[in-house]
Amino acid sequence: MTSDFLISPSFILIFGAFLLPVVRGWARSALVLALPLITLGAIWQVGDGVQMTTQFLDYELELIDGSNLSRLFATIFAIMAFAGGLFALNQKNVIELSAAFAYAGSAIGVALAGDIITVFMYWELMAIGSTMVVWSGRTPAAGRAAMRYALVHLFGGVVLLVGVIAYIQDTGSIDFTLMGANSFATWMILIGFLINTGAPPLSAWLPDAYPEASWSGTVFLSAFTTKTAVYVLLVGFAGEQILIWIGVYMIFYGIVYALLENDMRRILSYSIINQVGFMVVGAGIGTEMAINGAASHAFTHIIYKALLLMSAGSVIYMTGGKRKCTDLGGLFQSMPLTTIAGIIGALAISSFPWTSGFVSKSMTNQAAYDTEMMVVWLCLMAASAGVFLHAGIKFPWFVFFQKDSGLRPKDPPWNMKAAMVLFSFLCIWMGVQPGPLYALLPFPTDYQPYTSAHVYEMLQLLLYAGLAFFVLLPLMKRKLTITLDFDWFYRKLAVDSAASIAVTISKLLGGCVWVRDNLVNAVIDLASHHHNPKGILARTTPAGVMMFWVVVVLFAYLVLYLFV
Amino acid sequence: MSDDKKTPEPHNAKKAPLLDINGAPMHWLVRPTTIKLLWLGGIALLAFVTWLGTTVHPHATFGIEGTLGFYSWYGFATCVAMVIFAKLLGLGLSKKDTYYDK
Repeated sequence: MTSDFLISPSFILIFGAFLLPVVRGWARSALVLALPLITLGAIWQVGDGVQMTTQFLDYELELIDGSNLSRLFATIFAIMAFAGGLFALNQKNVIELSAAFAYAGSAIGVALAGDIITVFMYWELMAIGSTMVVWSGRTPAAGRAAMRYALVHLFGGVVLLVGVIAYIQDTGSIDFTLMGANSFATWMILIGFLINTGAPPLSAWLPDAYPEASWSGTVFLSAFTTKTAVYVLLVGFAGEQILIWIGVYMIFYGIVYALLENDMRRILSYSIINQVGFMVVGAGIGTEMAINGAASHAFTHIIYKALLLMSAGSVIYMTGGKRKCTDLGGLFQSMPLTTIAGIIGALAISSFPWTSGFVSKSMTNQAAYDTEMMVVWLCLMAASAGVFLHAGIKFPWFVFFQKDSGLRPKDPPWNMKAAMVLFSFLCIWMGVQPGPLYALLPFPTDYQPYTSAHVYEMLQLLLYAGLAFFVLLPLMKRKLTITLDFDWFYRKLAVDSAASIAVTISKLLGGCVWVRDNLVNAVIDLASHHHNPKGILARTTPAGVMMFWVVVVLFAYLVLYLFV
Repeated sequence: MSDDKKTPEPHNAKKAPLLDINGAPMHWLVRPTTIKLLWLGGIALLAFVTWLGTTVHPHATFGIEGTLGFYSWYGFATCVAMVIFAKLLGLGLSKKDTYYDK
């Protein structure tokens, strides 16, 4: 093992996550706030190139391989862990906090990894951490959503693993570098990455799972999985043309489904897919401007989307769990700070001038313009207006204004307000002073977002989108509905088909006396032997224990292969 | 003066305040007069930004950009199209939110 570091910055959060359940009270709060800051300090010590390696089988793994792009993503992941931790200080379920920190640490691990095996290891740790965050919602719906989420991500992990093995066999290299989709191996890797972006056809995992997490869990979930996927696309598949059209699909999918949605956190979840679509388009265009655009957009998006979900989480926390637009409205009267934070987040996601979204997302639009991709540019401009429609106005309007629900909850406790104030400040500060953000980008840039023409264009586009919203308000009235998605195939069709097959088989078997008297009874006896109250398979063990041991085994494995 | 003769209301008599759903005085931001003013201000703002757009003449790479008030009409028209498309999609795919709980 060679290293300029004592441990990888990612390990600070991953190891720290296991300390959180051990301490209580102020010590836990201090740890929750300190761990991300120490991690951030360590990330900023990472220079360019390989900084830390270790031996695994015949391969030399590069645990830390620094670059502008990797530091940018690792930095925002650490900032997110800090603000998310601050927001979640009142969260009594320490398992959620531990899982969220292990999840954040794994995302940082992906961002700093220099080889495809390390990427895969952290990728799977992320899947486990995020599944536990969803499961920590502690409702039956959260448990079911966590299981579906785990299945989709484990499937994605298997596809990725197939690609990784084939890639190593093909090339003999484990370097994680620009590869392009030009072989079976790289296509498998690309598909594995795309599943985590929320790309079609499996987009539904995101709006299915994220809203079922707790008031604080969704804030963490919004940041890491999709943005690490954007990072790996930028490293491995920049300039891959098909990504442009996948991204365009994601952009409009997010808008259309969000327009039909009633649950405020599902609206924001669809909106994540919409925003990640812009980044995938940027990765597909692949020019320096486009990669800068996608990277800076990921940075700002993590902040304003977390801010939006913090304001939604505050509403849930203070109203005892209300999350449907049909149950909300008029909350601005008693939650002024939460309302202002929600509006700032909404303006930032809409790329309103003087917010962070304006100085980041517009770089992708500019890249499409500069490369004279007229259809793509027109799609991006329409989508920019559509973002204001579905997230910029719809979310704050239906939650904080519209009809008066009569609810008068107060603003949340100080730590939740502090997290919202911090991210609101960053949304505006980065919008007004984009220089520090631009200095962190992968390529040097002299992009000037604040030209008169650009400001006037965006103001026209957004304000007329606002006019469309209020003119069409009768069509936007919310109902107690959901919109069917691709998950219908595995949540409804597959379940109903399995049930009807089971009924048919049991009818057939029931008609045969010999089968009933012998085979069926033998199966029942065998089942009874194992499942009787003293049978080994009848012991009641909570699912959480199983997940805990899975994490322990994986963690032990990670430690063994790194240090032994 | 007879007892049933009504006394005229003084000119400075206050109107009964508008009440919200809880019976408390309505917040100033949601009173009908405020909403009317917001609409008027909004329309004036829309006209202003459209006019602002005509004061700059950037180099237009695509022909469609040169059309009068492009960003205004394009923003409005595409949003209307997206809402209508979403409603049409909803006709086929919207289900009660308890659909998967059965």
